[in-house]
Amino acid sequence: MIDMTTLLTPTRRQALIGLSLAPLVLSACGQPTGAEIAANAPWDDVLSKARGQDVNWAAWAGDAKINAYIGWVSSEVRLRFGIALTHVKTNDTANTMHQLLVDKLSGRTDGGRTDLIWINGENFTAALDAGLLWGPFAQHLPHWSMVDTKGNPSILTDFTVPNNGYESPWGMAQLTFFYDSANGVSPPRTIAAFSEWAASHPGRFTYPAPPDFAGITFVKQALYAFITDRSILSKPVVKADFPRTTAALWAYFDALHPNLWRGGRAFPPDYPTLRQMLEDRETDIAFSFNPAEASTAVTSGLLPATTRAYILDGGTIQNTHFVAIPFNAAAKAAALVVANFLLSPEAQARKADPRLWGDPTVLDLHALAPVDRARFTDLPNTAQLPDAAALAHALAEPHPSWHVHLVEAWRARYAT
Amino acid sequence: MRNAVIVRKGNVLAPVPAVVFALMIGPILLGLFGTLLPAFGYHPALGATQWSLAAWWALFADPSFATALRITLVTGLGATLMALTIAIGAVAALHNSRAFVYLKLWLAPTLAFPFASFAVGFAFLAAPSGLIARILSPWLTGWQLPPDLLILGDPNGVALLVALTLKECLFLILMLVAAEGQSQGDAALRSAQTMGYVPTRAWLVVMLPQLYPQIRLPVYAVLAASLASVDIAIVLGPAAPPPLAPLTLDWYGQFNAGDQMKAAAASVLQVFLSIGVVALWWLGEHTVGYLFCGIISSGRRHGVIDQAIGWIGVIGAGAALVTATSAILVLLLWSLASSWTWPDALPQAISLSTWRESGATLAPLVGNTVVVAVATSVIATGAAVLVLEAGIGHPQRRQIGILYIPLLLPQISFLFGLQLLWNWLLLDGTLSAVIFTHFLFVLPYVLLVLSEPYRALDPRIAITARALGAGQIRTLMAVKLPLLMRPLAVAAAVGFAVSVGQYLPTVFAGAGRISTLATEAVALASGADRRLAGVVALTLTALPFAALLAALIAPGDRAGDRSASE
Repeated sequence: MIDMTTLLTPTRRQALIGLSLAPLVLSACGQPTGAEIAANAPWDDVLSKARGQDVNWAAWAGDAKINAYIGWVSSEVRLRFGIALTHVKTNDTANTMHQLLVDKLSGRTDGGRTDLIWINGENFTAALDAGLLWGPFAQHLPHWSMVDTKGNPSILTDFTVPNNGYESPWGMAQLTFFYDSANGVSPPRTIAAFSEWAASHPGRFTYPAPPDFAGITFVKQALYAFITDRSILSKPVVKADFPRTTAALWAYFDALHPNLWRGGRAFPPDYPTLRQMLEDRETDIAFSFNPAEASTAVTSGLLPATTRAYILDGGTIQNTHFVAIPFNAAAKAAALVVANFLLSPEAQARKADPRLWGDPTVLDLHALAPVDRARFTDLPNTAQLPDAAALAHALAEPHPSWHVHLVEAWRARYAT
Repeated sequence: MRNAVIVRKGNVLAPVPAVVFALMIGPILLGLFGTLLPAFGYHPALGATQWSLAAWWALFADPSFATALRITLVTGLGATLMALTIAIGAVAALHNSRAFVYLKLWLAPTLAFPFASFAVGFAFLAAPSGLIARILSPWLTGWQLPPDLLILGDPNGVALLVALTLKECLFLILMLVAAEGQSQGDAALRSAQTMGYVPTRAWLVVMLPQLYPQIRLPVYAVLAASLASVDIAIVLGPAAPPPLAPLTLDWYGQFNAGDQMKAAAASVLQVFLSIGVVALWWLGEHTVGYLFCGIISSGRRHGVIDQAIGWIGVIGAGAALVTATSAILVLLLWSLASSWTWPDALPQAISLSTWRESGATLAPLVGNTVVVAVATSVIATGAAVLVLEAGIGHPQRRQIGILYIPLLLPQISFLFGLQLLWNWLLLDGTLSAVIFTHFLFVLPYVLLVLSEPYRALDPRIAITARALGAGQIRTLMAVKLPLLMRPLAVAAAVGFAVSVGQYLPTVFAGAGRISTLATEAVALASGADRRLAGVVALTLTALPFAALLAALIAPGDRAGDRSASE
């Protein structure tokens, strides 16, 4: 009996350890090894290297129509280029950045888990500063020649920071307001008018609490109305001047908040909730960074057909969003091919379709062949899209340091 | 005494708890270490290599910190206290009534309801534009528009406290019921009643002192979970500022060295907060126990407070069941709605289109969820059996207590560090890493379910088998496990349910690459589309529900009968 015991002990122990470790060991074997490619390699080489590679694309997944678009890209690049594209669904780009930081710490310079990231603004600046991105590559993409780099300054300078080809443009965003015209709403057309409108319609408007990006964009939009010298917004914040330059802004919000939804004592978490509140008739006005938000919501039955969208007089904040390739991407060639495909007139036109996503294109329509230009000019102009002329009134994103300081100052005033 | 010696001598599984312990505590300690470094200024990837307390000063000086801490403490402690009062009151008042039989039947399915889905359903019930207001408007209330009432997301977190209370009291009732099943209190309870104690007081005086030690760990787990809740807090809690756990996640989401290190300091603080609050609770238990002694021996047969506790319990448990059930129904309605606007109490049109369209997206998510949950629950149930078997003859079972640590630590405090470990092992983003990380959270629950039935097994059966010459392993496989079929199935099903509901561990170990129903549900919970959120939440609920149902109707009674008749 005792002999049996001593015989059994190590076996059982090994079995237990084996049981726990077996799946770990098994999965450690099939690591992909990165086939290196130069960012300016001949495109045929890129294409042939890309064939058969797997691309993991980390992209925010909080919106079903965006997920559907990425699903379409995935099936197209499989058919055309033999690339297996997976949408790594994130609810925060920061999660992907953490993972890259961890890679950097642990010295994993190739065979990374992520090949493409949807990115812009302060996340891009932080990633570039931390050395998390590969490049420069954008200007070597064949479709780069069609990109509207002259007409659209935010393509070369992301939140005023020159991106030097470390990210490739994917689409445009512009702060757009919308409401249901059947409810007899005559919405305010300027930031100052919001204050008066809210005073006569208490509880019928709100914005997401910063640091939510839509919330802080509304704060930036208001800042534009109260700042005399706009040139300071394109430079880093001068700390000593910040209280003085933003005093009028905070006075505005102090007066606005008591007339907001719930008296400014509660805030929604993000912009999809704003749309839902409009649907529930909790508020009368919502906004989004996507000019076609109202249009797609009507198409999918979330908002009534009487919904209308508009841009504030004097313009609203506009920015470009991009894709970037991590420093340790395992499938850089295939990531380049996907980035280039995203810039194709076909992919851009589909993205710009107000029934599908409605994101404005980053291409210069004059640089396109007539047949490609028609893809854009033939898109339906639904009643829920903002006036095209008004969309031309665009304000630039301030330097990323404004983002950080405004979030801090907002929290110090309203989140205590 | 001699029996114990015989059993001990042949305990071939004695090293098992140490091995499981190492597999579990090792990663957690490394994870905590990975959070400690940046909290004290060391974050080389962001260029910070100077040891300092700056992150702590930044945390304490943060304008949101004091309020966030207060909300966290009030909602966490308040919800646990309320949930425990309701659970005790409900069982005390109903323990021998017919209603209790129905209550028990309803408990398991509502427990399978994940927190995130419960929160979304609760929000749509209670909001001023929600179902209740719609049913009553405008014919009764006169509301042409949803009233501007601060019900959800209030700055003090009252809605969050109520939702946590309603969700957690059901879990505690189930734990009390399970503990009661193992106790020998029926005779004492009957004597107390024949001596003139009214039923509620009889239960409180006779049963509660026996049962509380058995539900102490689950209570601590509820306390820790309420202090660290993220998914419910995002949907129902205040936003400016939110409680500490979501605030910490906000900081982790701001990608600069200052906020990153502040987030790490806040994570470390939450570990101490969790330990401190559990210690405070423990002191409270002893004070109440001390005061309770006087009440028990006072000889009074009835009292106003007993009746009040009973009523709180009945009303609270009723409200919890009604809320959970209505929340599921609301999600079902949304998943079938094609249009549903204020003030209609029902969708204007019903269709299966959301289900049809999301089928292709859901299939791989269901696949991942099931693979992870089955693997985790099988491994955890196996490990739990080995640990319990090895624990025979060690009545103190201190080692086993350590295995509950993952339930008492805030998840964010070690998940960031754990991610670093998986990365070093080149395992991040693999199913293995997700399964292992889930295992840390699943094993404690499986142990919780399995340990009482295991101990309650008549020791003479095993001793007889051993005396007849069977070794410990053979006794386990051929005699004990068949007798424990039903509890094993329930434990595995609970493990399955816990795994299905894991959100943060999946996100971190999966490096965003392993999507499950839980990650999808939270990604959609923000309200992009309530119809889609309804479909995902229902699927998320259906899986553990099916597992629990299968465990409860699985054959196994005969084994139980045999043990009873022998």
